Amino acid sequence: MRILLDEDKCVGAGQCVLAAGEVFDQRDEDGIVVLLDGHPDEARRGEVETAAQLCPGQAIEVRTD
Amino acid sequence: MTSQPLQVARTCPYAPPAQHVEMRDNGGITRVRLPNGREAWALSRMDHLRAMLSDPRFSSDRDNPHYPSFRADEVPPSGGGGRMLINMDPPEHGPARRAITGEFTLRRVAELRPRIQEIVDELIDAMLAGPQPVDLVRAFSLPVPSLVICEMLGVPYTDHDFFQAHTATMVNRDTPPDEMQKTMQALWLYMAELVQGKSREPGDDVLSRQLADGAAPEDVIALAFLLLVAGHETTANMISLGVLTLLERPEHLAALLADPSGTPMAVEELLRYFTIVEFGNSRVATDDVELAGTTIRAGEAVVSLTNAANHDPEVFPEADQLKLDRGARNHLAFGYGRHQCLGQNLARLELEIVFNTLLRRVPSLRLAVPAEEVPFKDDAEIYGIHRLPVAWDARP
Repeated sequence: MRILLDEDKCVGAGQCVLAAGEVFDQRDEDGIVVLLDGHPDEARRGEVETAAQLCPGQAIEVRTD
Repeated sequence: MTSQPLQVARTCPYAPPAQHVEMRDNGGITRVRLPNGREAWALSRMDHLRAMLSDPRFSSDRDNPHYPSFRADEVPPSGGGGRMLINMDPPEHGPARRAITGEFTLRRVAELRPRIQEIVDELIDAMLAGPQPVDLVRAFSLPVPSLVICEMLGVPYTDHDFFQAHTATMVNRDTPPDEMQKTMQALWLYMAELVQGKSREPGDDVLSRQLADGAAPEDVIALAFLLLVAGHETTANMISLGVLTLLERPEHLAALLADPSGTPMAVEELLRYFTIVEFGNSRVATDDVELAGTTIRAGEAVVSLTNAANHDPEVFPEADQLKLDRGARNHLAFGYGRHQCLGQNLARLELEIVFNTLLRRVPSLRLAVPAEEVPFKDDAEIYGIHRLPVAWDARP
């Protein structure tokens, strides 16, 4: 599983951090998403997909490759 | 296409109006007539609302003359000056939002937890030491978010009566236009003086930091207006509605008290269930847009029936039932897209602390009037409760 972020779309809502705090974080200065783990373990798929679904800016893409 | 008059006032605290549900279940894109006689589209399905709210061809600018109004009359513009974030579209909106988002990250909000807990405990102490019955709205629901946002912005809490009264007047659709204009002007003037004060004597607060970062004073005035207003009625009404619901449904209260770790999810469910800022996601099309087979023309108003979408049984099974452990966070109570609530994580934290503290510390808390006499804000832009008289067993 691979995660792609589009920072320009991020609105800093923090929904991804709430859903998957081991994978996503927020920059202190402007709240923009930071990827802690670009290739998370398959066990985290559920929470990562929740994060992608909740993201109000549709900034998270989850790839299987 | 013929239009039908939109039901604006709520008819039941615990469900969207039947008209909105019918619209949602019949395609979800409906031609409606607003109370002022203007025409608009009403969207009531989750998928349509998500599509619209993430489409840059829909403007959030409430100063646009086509933006839908839910009042029967026209209110002249208040002439406040600066532009609020909720009125901005791309490309103006993105940089402006990023300039303030650092103050509302999950980490920053989490740092406030001990102080919010202290505020909640002090308000409960004061309430328990006072006479009863007491109006929970004035003694507790309003002061919690009010104290928190005043501290964040560096606003003297002694001014809280001013805000609480003016904010309530502003969001009430029955406020006469001239009074509305006076109220808005008084709020703008207050914000301008507040920001001037911060320029002269900066403090350790959000507004002073914005000025120090080079923000234009008129933008900081608009930001102060938005944050103070948004920080009052919203969380306060969720506190009152949540407490009422828990008092009226002891099985939910028992579950909440048994496992405080479930409270964050209970908060999400209460947010979904009440969807207090129902029409806040409304927009104006700036271009012709095709949405699920319907063409919305440039300049047409689009009304968001957010509560109906949040009660969609296709998205939330048995949506009309409150299920505190539902675990669904994909509601639209905070909106969606680039304007999704900036203070959502602050609101979540305040509500979690309140529900985990008030009913644990005051287990005998009860309504002091019959439930059917509780006055709901059917007439307000932000749904909630006017007064919630409560009592408890005094210590022997």
